[in-house]
Amino acid sequence: MSATTDTSATATARRDGYAARDRRTRRTRGVTYVLLGLGLLITTAPFLWMGLSAFKTPQDLSASPPVWIPTDWTLANFSKLFDLLDVPRYFFNSTLVALIVTLCNLLFCSMLGYALAKLNFAGKKVIFGVVMGALMVPGNLMLMPQFVMVSKMNLLDTYAALVLPSAAGAFGVFLMRQFMSAVPDELLEAARVDGAREWYIFWRIVIPQVKPALATLSIFVFLGSWNNFLWPLIATNDVEKYTLPVALATFATDPTKANGSNGVLMAGAFLVVLPVLAVFIVLQRYFTQSIATAGIK
Amino acid sequence: MSGTNSAERPASSGRAAAGTTDTPAESAVTGKAAARPLRKAAGAGTRTTSGGTPLRPDRLSRHNLSGWLYSTPFLAFFVTFMAVPILATLVMSFTDFGLRNVTNPFDAEFVGLENYSELLGDEQFLRALFNTGYFVVLGVPLTIGCGLLAAVLLNSGIERFRTFFRVGFYAPVVTAIVAVAVVWRFVLDPSEGLIAGLAAQVGLTAPDFLASESLAMPSLIAMAVWRNLGTSMVLFLAGLQAIPTEVREAAKLDGAGAFQEFRRITVPLLRPTMLYVTVMTTIGFLNVFEEPFVMTNGGPSDSTLTVSLLMYREGFNFFNMGYASSMAYTLFVIILAVTLLQMRLLKDKTK
Repeated sequence: MSATTDTSATATARRDGYAARDRRTRRTRGVTYVLLGLGLLITTAPFLWMGLSAFKTPQDLSASPPVWIPTDWTLANFSKLFDLLDVPRYFFNSTLVALIVTLCNLLFCSMLGYALAKLNFAGKKVIFGVVMGALMVPGNLMLMPQFVMVSKMNLLDTYAALVLPSAAGAFGVFLMRQFMSAVPDELLEAARVDGAREWYIFWRIVIPQVKPALATLSIFVFLGSWNNFLWPLIATNDVEKYTLPVALATFATDPTKANGSNGVLMAGAFLVVLPVLAVFIVLQRYFTQSIATAGIK
Repeated sequence: MSGTNSAERPASSGRAAAGTTDTPAESAVTGKAAARPLRKAAGAGTRTTSGGTPLRPDRLSRHNLSGWLYSTPFLAFFVTFMAVPILATLVMSFTDFGLRNVTNPFDAEFVGLENYSELLGDEQFLRALFNTGYFVVLGVPLTIGCGLLAAVLLNSGIERFRTFFRVGFYAPVVTAIVAVAVVWRFVLDPSEGLIAGLAAQVGLTAPDFLASESLAMPSLIAMAVWRNLGTSMVLFLAGLQAIPTEVREAAKLDGAGAFQEFRRITVPLLRPTMLYVTVMTTIGFLNVFEEPFVMTNGGPSDSTLTVSLLMYREGFNFFNMGYASSMAYTLFVIILAVTLLQMRLLKDKTK
């Protein structure tokens, strides 16, 4: 588009062009902010509605037009929720299970990731192929045999039942292998020449190099376990072993309990969502970075 | 496996040890001395190098034991709780596996393809299949479109509030879907809900979304789009940031407008991300379970019954596990086919 000879006429034309472009960018920027703002309104409104409704009185809840800010802030919904549901217990169950699942995945996935990235052994290609193939298989496919196995092992309604099927995920292996492949072989060879044992090399040399990957995996696995619903629903009948989402869903879908108590339900949702949301807002950089890296690699 | 005992040993001494033990062991195996040089030449790349050429250490034998030691913990869980169940579901789908088989799994009777042929005539299953397709066909493009739009807007050179927007758009992704479904049920509630209240303010009556056969599924789709657009946004954002600024600058210098730049630069270079996002979103949407389970329980009159929800009902409410397994595998084959198709369609265009 630009002129090949730089006469004063084209220079003026170009200056005008820049001015026009400037106006245009300012206008597009305005449109951009309006669109983004609208989107933000839609994504956050349900959360605001939930958080505020948890503190509303029945009058405010059924008020028309809707009341955003409670006229009388009340904790009645929470106290009613705690009467009907043993929230601390479910909170404890969810946290414990998510922590154990995360630790198991960190250990097992980084070990296999290390073997696949840095060791050569018979059968390696087969293992890699099978594990990657399993990435494609949806979790719902395995539910019934898993249930039969766990019940045959007499593990229904135990923490073990909640942990075992998700203790070793294929995604973690993929992630760890990718990151460990990037650790230079020279580093490992040097350590071997210096007389380091395999375990030392793994633990003291490779693991510290892949800390970002470990953080990513922790976020993913912890979140996945905390939010997991279908398996805990199947593996637990005893209310004592319910996780928070199962307890909330059972409560919410039971017409005898939740009837007409939207405030109580919002209090429950608030308690399920709040810890994760708070952690997310503090660590948001790592969350979004981790999903991006995991997606691209 | 000469190297097994030296696996945990330092490399230098391991090599020396392998070198000394290898030779007698090999001559003992081969027996004839005349055959040895030939064998050595043939196996030069693999077997004898640990003692011979230090440039190509024999990794294969040296790491055999440790390779398996590092793999075993994962594999133990993986085989027991994933590989075996994947195959077991397939086997179960050819049996009449029922409640009594939970305690006696091997008593189930083989019925061949009966479950599958029954599926074809099962109106409820076909309904569920249709509903799942409806959910995917509307939900996936909307999710990807909204995610892409958000990513492009966030990447268009604005600086203020970027993090703020990103956090806001991504927040629904991290929250438990069960809690979110409960919240949405309330938002859509015909008497106390947010939308009903807002509609009343402008003199309209909002319909009872979840009780309406025609509106229940669109409501679930809206919620799914709302919850999942953050994931595709983040992935697209990463893809966009990977496009070199020089390419954009060059396009601008050549006089490309914003739309042309998007069409000619962004879209082609974003294709790998697009493929990944499309495949992952589609797989997730085909498995939809929690939304209808918590919000509508499949109703009204099966209008939101999805394949996963029907499978759960058949398997765990009625314990028709053989039949439910055939549903699980039918869905799996559909997922596989759709994934392969998408990979083909989206990959071919890059050439």
